[in-house]
Amino acid sequence: MATVEDVLESVTQSQASKYKTIEVQKDIEPQLDLGNLLTVDQNPLDLKKLRGDKEAYLKSQARDNTQLLFNAIWKLPTERVEEAICVKLPETTTVLPREKPIPKAKLQTKWEQYALLKGIQKRKKGRMVWDEEAKDWKPRWGYKRANDETKDWVIEVPGNADPNEDQFEKRMKAKKERVAKNELQRLRNIARGTKSKVPGVGLTPTEKPSKEEVGLALHLAKKSTASLGKFTEKLPKEKEAKHVGKKRKFEPAIGDFKKEKEQQLNIINVMENKKPKMDITKAVNRVMTEVDQEASSDDRRKRAGKVKNRRGPPRKKGSGGFGKKGSGGFGKKGKAGKGKGAKGMGGKGKGMGGKGKGKGKGR
Amino acid sequence: MRPLTEDETRTFFEKLSKYIGENIRLLIDRPDGTYCFRLHKDRVYYVSEHIMKRAANVSRENLISMGTCFGKFTKTGKFRLHITALDFLAPYAKYKIWVKPGAEQTFLYGNHILKSGLGRITESTSQYQGVVVYSMSDIPLGFGVAAKSTQECRRTDPMSIVCFHQADIGEYIRAEDTLT
Repeated sequence: MATVEDVLESVTQSQASKYKTIEVQKDIEPQLDLGNLLTVDQNPLDLKKLRGDKEAYLKSQARDNTQLLFNAIWKLPTERVEEAICVKLPETTTVLPREKPIPKAKLQTKWEQYALLKGIQKRKKGRMVWDEEAKDWKPRWGYKRANDETKDWVIEVPGNADPNEDQFEKRMKAKKERVAKNELQRLRNIARGTKSKVPGVGLTPTEKPSKEEVGLALHLAKKSTASLGKFTEKLPKEKEAKHVGKKRKFEPAIGDFKKEKEQQLNIINVMENKKPKMDITKAVNRVMTEVDQEASSDDRRKRAGKVKNRRGPPRKKGSGGFGKKGSGGFGKKGKAGKGKGAKGMGGKGKGMGGKGKGKGKGR
Repeated sequence: MRPLTEDETRTFFEKLSKYIGENIRLLIDRPDGTYCFRLHKDRVYYVSEHIMKRAANVSRENLISMGTCFGKFTKTGKFRLHITALDFLAPYAKYKIWVKPGAEQTFLYGNHILKSGLGRITESTSQYQGVVVYSMSDIPLGFGVAAKSTQECRRTDPMSIVCFHQADIGEYIRAEDTLT
C-alpha cells in the first residue's frame, strides 16, 4: 500500500528527474557576457567522454552553461511589461572586431590648415540678419537674402567707368566669376586629397593677372584644341616659351668626365677672350706712376744744379691731350706687345709730362 | 646631385676668376686625378670622381655634403663663395692682402679691413678686385674685395676701408650650422 507521502515523494522525484538540477558544478567559472547572452566556458573537455558519446557530452555541457547563464539573468532586476517578466540586459563586455576598416581622417582644406596654424577659431554666425532697407530679418545667405546686390533695381554708374558699360551685367559676371572661383578652390581641395591634378589650376580669375599668369593662360588656350595645339598659329610677335610645364633635363651625375672637362675649359677660354687684353685704367695708372717718378727724378736733378734750358712755349695741359693720344697709342701698340708698348708710352709720357709741367725741357 | 648647367658654370667661373684668374684650369685639369663640380641642394661641391661615384648612392635627402663645398647659388641665381673654398683658392690667388697682427682679430670677427690694419698688398690691385687675405705669417685668413686700388690705398687716411670682408675662417665657428 503506497502512502500519501510515498506518492508525493515519487511525484517530486519524477518532477525533479524531469527537470535537471539548476545547480551546475564547474571547475573554472565560465565568463558571462550578459549583454550579448554569451557564456564562455574554458573548462577542459573530458577526452574519454568525447570519444565515447560526443553528441550527448557536448549537449550536456551546453545545457550546463546555458543554465549558468540563465541563473545570472534571473539575478538581474526584473520588471513586468505587459504580462511578461523582462530584464534589462547590462552593457556588453565583449569587444567585437570592426566590420569595415577605420575611416581615414578627412583631409584639411587649405583654409583649415591655415586657421589651425594661426589659431583662428570658427565663429558661429546666426542665420538671420537685420536688413535695414526692408526693415526685416532676412537670411544671411541663400534665397531672399539680405543685402543682395544682384537684385538692386538701380545702380550708380561710377565716375571713371565707361558710360556704355552695363553695370547690371558687370555685377552678374562678377558673381559668376566668384562662384566659378569657389568651385575651382573646392575641386582643388579635393584634388589635393586624392593627389590628382585639376585642370585650370593657376587660372583663378583675378582682377589683374600677372605676366606669367597671362602667359600660362595663353599657353593653355593654345593647347586646348582637338589636335592639342599642333595647328594653332603663332601671334606675330609671340616668342616660343621654353620649358612650359615640362621638367628640366639635366646631365646625368656620372657622365662623360672628359666631355665635361672640355666644356668647362671652353667656357674658361671664352671668358678669357671676352676680357680686354689690356686694362685701360691699369695702363693709365702705370703711365701716371712713371710720370710721377720722372717728375721726382727731374726735381732731384734740378736741385743738384743741372738745369736744362727752359725754353719752349707753354703747351696745352698734358692730361686732356694725353688721355686721347694715350688710348690711340694703346690701340696700335697693344698688338705689338706689352713691353714695347710700355716703352713707347713711356717715351710719349715723358714728353707729355714735360709739356704738362710747362717747363719744356727741350726734348 | 647633378653637374652644373652651362649658365651656372659660367656664373660660377666668373666668380672664381675674380679671385684666381685663369688658374681655374688647374682646378679642372689636375694631374693627380679627375675632380669635378657637382650641384647638390644649390651648393657646389668640388669632389674627386671616385668619391662622387660613392656619393651617388646616397639619396638626396640623406646626402649632406661631399668633397669640398665651394659655395652656393642663391635663389636669384647668383653665386656666393664660402670660406670652405679657401684651401683651394689660396694657393692660386692672384691678388693678396696681408693683414697686420693687430687687425687679424677684427677681420676674423667679420669686420672690414681698414688702412690701419693693412700690412701689404700686391702691386697693381685694381679697385673691387677679389683678393685673398693673409696674415703676416702667410696663413690664409679669408676672402675679400679690394675697396681701393693699390695706388689709392697708399694715399688714403688710416681709418678708411681698404678691403671688404667676404669670408673668413672665423666663420667655421660663427656660422657652423650653415656650412656643409
